[in-house]
Amino acid sequence: MEKIELLKSSCIPLPIEDVDTDQIIPARFLKATTKEGFGENLFRDWRYNRDETPKGDFVLNNSIYGGRILVAGKNFGCGSSREHAAWAIHDYGIRVIISSFFADIFKGNALNNGLLPITVDDSFLDHLFKEIEKDPNVEVEVSVPAQKVTILSTGESRSFELDPYKKMCLINGYDDIDYLLSLKDKIQAFELSKT
Amino acid sequence: MGKTLFEKVWEAHVVDSVEGGMEVLYIDQHLIHEVTSPQAFQGLRDRKISVARPQRTLATADHNVPTKDQHLPIREELSRKQVQKLVENCDEFGVTLYGLGHPYQGIVHVIGPELGITQPGMTIVCGDSHTSTHGAFGAIAFGIGTSQVEQVLATQCLLLSRPKKMRINVEGKLAKGVLAKDIILYIISKLTAAGGTGYFIEYAGSAIRDLSMEGRMTICNMSIEMGARGGMIAPDKTTFDYVEGREFAPKGEAFEKAKDYWSTLYSDEDAQFDKEYHFKAEDIEPMLTYGTNPGMGIKVTDSIPSGSADQGETSFKKALTYMGLHSGEHLVGHGINYVFIGSCTNSRIEDLRLVAEFIKGKKVAQNVNAMVVPGSQQVRKQARAEGLDQIFIEAGFDFREAGCSACLGMNEDKVPAGEYCVSTSNRNFEGRQGPGARTILASPLMAAVTAIEGKIVDIREYL
Ligand code: SF4
Repeated sequence: MEKIELLKSSCIPLPIEDVDTDQIIPARFLKATTKEGFGENLFRDWRYNRDETPKGDFVLNNSIYGGRILVAGKNFGCGSSREHAAWAIHDYGIRVIISSFFADIFKGNALNNGLLPITVDDSFLDHLFKEIEKDPNVEVEVSVPAQKVTILSTGESRSFELDPYKKMCLINGYDDIDYLLSLKDKIQAFELSKT
Repeated sequence: MGKTLFEKVWEAHVVDSVEGGMEVLYIDQHLIHEVTSPQAFQGLRDRKISVARPQRTLATADHNVPTKDQHLPIREELSRKQVQKLVENCDEFGVTLYGLGHPYQGIVHVIGPELGITQPGMTIVCGDSHTSTHGAFGAIAFGIGTSQVEQVLATQCLLLSRPKKMRINVEGKLAKGVLAKDIILYIISKLTAAGGTGYFIEYAGSAIRDLSMEGRMTICNMSIEMGARGGMIAPDKTTFDYVEGREFAPKGEAFEKAKDYWSTLYSDEDAQFDKEYHFKAEDIEPMLTYGTNPGMGIKVTDSIPSGSADQGETSFKKALTYMGLHSGEHLVGHGINYVFIGSCTNSRIEDLRLVAEFIKGKKVAQNVNAMVVPGSQQVRKQARAEGLDQIFIEAGFDFREAGCSACLGMNEDKVPAGEYCVSTSNRNFEGRQGPGARTILASPLMAAVTAIEGKIVDIREYL
């Protein structure tokens, strides 16, 4: 897993609520058997017309916006458990998503792929959307060790929650399997106790 | 202090606790399908490890499979390759596969229960969000991502934070024409698409207890549509009777012993929930969705609202524009050209019987393309044995082979862009049934009457 510790970037705003994983990556693109290349089809049906021409009004087609941080409306990532959604966002180059609310499975999937979901309060999210609207180049700084997100133009910041174990994994690029594999004996003992 | 049903099952499976609060949970049964597993098997290969407990792992092919001519090779190349990959992976890692052509093949959440693999008190996971279905048996069952599929394959365990506890009580008697599907669509419309996030739900109350296992599965299936990790129902006689005698259920003395344990699985009277809701069965009517998430639902007699308390104006408008609908409009009378009866929500034998009974002797309207897709080969076989297939065919329904079908636009079964489809599935997201398709979620009875009338009507006027 790719490490993530400090990040300073401009943002991509997506002020829509309840963005489901079928929008992030539609089912017809889930036929691959590897993890690579999903970024190409990220938000496919919002991004492209049926004749494959880009939809001018979608944010990913608007060159004034760019960066490694996606800012989205609440309940981001609801619906299907497809981890392909996290792979697609990561593959596109995004490393942090800021929203006021994330769906559970998506949040877990993101964390397992070095993609950090940051939950902030509604007013901070609102403020951030407004700042991006004013200046698309406005930068946001994210520190995983300090668990802090800062809008650099205004200096406004928030601390965010992060499970200590997950934090350690993100900073070091570890994943859960290494940890679980180290518990082999305990797992076996548990099984024996149940028979 | 007493324990909740969830706590009893969870605590019986904790292998270890990690500093900071996460827990290592042992998984009794891992279910696998072709879409979310290939990268996990590859992960094992990269790490040079095997599947830890192949006997606790079961695979089937459902999402990509055609529902016509299943004996022929899958036409679409990528789908064929993905299904083939599953065959190779199961072969290489020693996992049992009920693949295409196998008499037990079907939608993963239909075959687990019907084979008696799903049992009370178990922990069950699958790389699929509707794994919550199995909670109907009093199991802790939930969907996981592919990284977690790999964790379970590698160690039979998952590292998790314990969700909060919610109980939803539905008391009273359902009116005629109101089904389990209406109960859950009603609950989601009240709690919203995010109302259950962070929680594991227990459904309780007399209206829930009165449901058959099929009805209970429909309810638990859609727990994820309010964001909950899963939903469960305390096992009782209905549950035990359903499980008894099934292929992989315990037999004889072992069954009696299991039943004694299962009978202890309920929430104690003084158990504490973080959140609790109460609904009355009498308040529930046949439900329909009008928007692009399952929380955007109304009673059949209601008009489309002018906004929602939890969604911003932009998102709400975007949804209505996509659906081609307007605030204030009634759905009754709206012309419909596609009807889909199937999916892990409503494709069990009871659903098919109900629909067949209603449409018997009637004809599908001229403008409607109607499809019935059984959830599994076994459901299909049973339907044929009961002559239901003939009833469907005579009425003008297309009676297909088992699979996820038009529930998601991944296989050949899709709804064309701009068309409305009244569907018994669980998701009405943009493009879910095919790019541009407009989905209206409903019960099997509402779908059946729509097929016959060619437009949306209130089923209660036909019973
Ligand atoms: S029927 Fe639909 S919801 Fe159920 S498992 Fe298949 S694709 Fe998922």
